[in-house]
Amino acid sequence: MEYPEPLSVLDAQGNYDPNRAPAELRPYLDELGLDKLKQFFADMYITRVFDKDASNLQRQGQLGLWIPSQGQEAVQVAAAYASRPDDYIFPAYREHAIARIRGIDPFDILRWLRGNTHGGWDPKKHNFHIYTVVIGAHALHATGYAMGINLDREKDPSVDKAVMVFYGDGATSQGDTNEAMIFAASYKTPQVFVVQNNQWAISVPVTVQSKTPIYLRAQGFGIPSWQIDGNDVMVSYALAKHALNSARNGGGPQFIEAVTYRQGAHTSSDDPTKYEDPEMRAEWLEKDPIKRLEIYLRAQGVEEEFFTALDAEAKEYAAGIRARLIALGAPETSTMFRNVYSEYHPVTEAQEKWLADYEASFEVEI
Amino acid sequence: MSNLPIAKAITAGLEAAMTKDDRVLLMGEDIGQLGGVFRVTEGLKAKFGASRVMDTPLAESGIIGTAIGLALNGYRPVCEIQFDGFIFPAFNQITTQLAKLTNRLEGAGNLPIVIRVPYGGHIGAVEHHQESPEAYFAHTPGLKLVSPSTANDAYWMIQQAIESNDPVMFFEPKSKYWTKGEVSLNTPTHQLHKTVVAREGEHVTVLGHGAMVHVLLQAAGLAQSEGISLEVLDLRSLSPIDYLPILRSVSKTGRLVVAQEAPGFVSIGSEIAATVTEQAFYSLDAPVLRVSGFDVPFPPAKLEKLYLPDADRVLEAVDRALAF
Repeated sequence: MEYPEPLSVLDAQGNYDPNRAPAELRPYLDELGLDKLKQFFADMYITRVFDKDASNLQRQGQLGLWIPSQGQEAVQVAAAYASRPDDYIFPAYREHAIARIRGIDPFDILRWLRGNTHGGWDPKKHNFHIYTVVIGAHALHATGYAMGINLDREKDPSVDKAVMVFYGDGATSQGDTNEAMIFAASYKTPQVFVVQNNQWAISVPVTVQSKTPIYLRAQGFGIPSWQIDGNDVMVSYALAKHALNSARNGGGPQFIEAVTYRQGAHTSSDDPTKYEDPEMRAEWLEKDPIKRLEIYLRAQGVEEEFFTALDAEAKEYAAGIRARLIALGAPETSTMFRNVYSEYHPVTEAQEKWLADYEASFEVEI
Repeated sequence: MSNLPIAKAITAGLEAAMTKDDRVLLMGEDIGQLGGVFRVTEGLKAKFGASRVMDTPLAESGIIGTAIGLALNGYRPVCEIQFDGFIFPAFNQITTQLAKLTNRLEGAGNLPIVIRVPYGGHIGAVEHHQESPEAYFAHTPGLKLVSPSTANDAYWMIQQAIESNDPVMFFEPKSKYWTKGEVSLNTPTHQLHKTVVAREGEHVTVLGHGAMVHVLLQAAGLAQSEGISLEVLDLRSLSPIDYLPILRSVSKTGRLVVAQEAPGFVSIGSEIAATVTEQAFYSLDAPVLRVSGFDVPFPPAKLEKLYLPDADRVLEAVDRALAF
C-alpha cells in the first residue's frame, strides 16, 4: 500500500512552506517568529552538544550508560514549547531536550546514568515525570493522570490542563501502550500521545513492530491521529499545540507519530554497525533537524555571531555539567533504605541498622 | 455493633472511607452497575457516582497502571482484581512500577493505592479462580500485604489500608465472604500490621491468615476434645510480618505449625519457619512445620478438598510436632 508522506513545512533543504500544512495548523505556524525559532534552535543545539559530551563521559568511564537523543531534538523542543507549564509530561527516557526546557538540570539525568539515583528530580516541581525504563509502562500512568484531570474538572470546570506522553516505535508493540489508548478513549482523557518513530527498537527496524504506519493504529481506538516529519520543528510545534488544545478543550486523546531518526546508538552499550544500513543513515543525516533550521535562520538574516556565541555557550554549559559530574561521589549508604515505604517499616529499619553496624565493625580504632 | 458477612463488612468499610475522603476512588471490572462479581461494591456506584466507582475496560495492567497515574495526581484509588488468577496481567505494573515508585521519587511523592484481591479455594471454581498468589508480592519490596479473617477486621483493615500512604494489597478470603461476624463500628481493635491471638492455648501454636484461620479454629476445637490445646494466631499482615506475637506464643508452646493454602515452596510459611527458627531456636521443642497446598497447579475443583489443607491435615502436623 502507498501512504502519504509525513506532514512537513520545513524541508530538509531548509525551505519553509506553510501552505503544505492544513488550515487548522496555520495559526500556530504564524506564532513562530524569528525570536521563537532562534530559541528553538538554541535549545536543540545546546541539547546536542550536551548529549555528545555525555556520550564521551560514558566512554571515559564517568557514566555507566548514556542514552543519546541526537537526531530527535526537533519534535522534543517543539512539544516542550507547545505545552503549557501546567501540562504534565510523561517522558520515556530519551527526552533530554524536554527535560532541560522543563527546568530539569541535565546533571540529574547524568546522576541517574552514573548509578547515583533511580529518580533524579521532583516531578511535581517541573510537571515532568521521572524517566521510565520498562518500555511503555508509563503510558498508563499518563492516562491515569489525565483521568485525574477529568475528575478535577468535575469539581472545577476551569481546569484545562493536559497530559503529554512520549514513547518510541518499539513501545507501540507493548500491551501497556495499547491499554493506555483504550482507557484514554474510554474516559476521553485530555492527553496527547507522541510516538517518536526513530526507526529502531535497539536493532529491530520499525517494520517488525508495525506493517501499517503507526499513526493509523490510533484511529482504530477512536483517537484522532497525525503523522508528521519529526525533524521539522515548525510543523511539530504547530501540531503539538493543536493537539494539546483539542485535548484540553474536550476533544479527548490525540495521537502524533513523529517520524525521525535515532542518529546515535540505542544506548552506549549498543553497536549500530551490526545492523544499520550506511545508506539509510546517510540519507537521514541529510534530513537532520538542526541543520535545516540553521539554513532557514541564515536565509532569514540571522547573523554568524548568533551561531558562534551559541556554540560557545553550549560548550561552556556542557563543560559545567561535566565538571560537576566528575566531582560527584557515591550516594550515602543509607539512601538504599530510604523511601522504600513512605511510612515506618520494621524490615528496612532493621536492615539499615544491621548494615551500619556491619560496616562499622571494620573500622579500626587508632 | 452490627452483624455482617465479610463481603458486606468490606462494602461498609469502602463506603466509610469514600465518605471520609473524596479522593478515594474504586476501579475494577464489573464493580459499578453489577457491584462486582462478589457484590463487594454493591450500591456504591448509586451512592458515589460512576466517576468514583469506575467500571474499567477489561485490562488488569490498565487498571493498576492508570491507578498509578491517578495516585500521582492526588487520588487514592482502590482497585479490584476480579479473581486471584487474573492479577498476573498486572504483575509488571505492580512489581516494576507501583512497588518502586515511592523509592524512585525519593520523598517527592507516594502511592496510596489499595489492590483488593479475592483469593483462595474452597469455592469449586474453574482454573485461575482459586489461587493464593500472596508470596509473589510479599517477595517484592515496596508493597504491603494484609488479609482479614473476620468481618470486624475486614471492615477496619480495608479502611486502614486506604489510609496508608503506601501500596497495600488486600487479600480477601472469598470462601468466607458470606461468613457473618460482629462488626464494631466505633473504633478499630488493632493496627493494620498486627498479628493477633485468635484463640489461646498451651501445647502448639498454629498460625495462618484469611480463610485458613477458620480451619485452624476448627482444628483447635477438635484437638481440645483430645486434650490438646492449640493457640491460634491470625497473621493478618503478610508483609511486614509482626513477629513479636509469634515469638511470644512460641516461647510459651515450644511448637509452631504454619498453615496456608498456597504451595509451600518459597512461601510465606517458609519465611516464617526460617525466621522463627533463627530467633526462637532455644524455645522450640520441635521443628517448625508447614501445612500447605501441594507444589502443583491448583487442581480441578473436584480434587480441591484433597489439595487444600483442612483441619485433619493441620492436626496431622500438630501430632508430628508433639511427637518430638
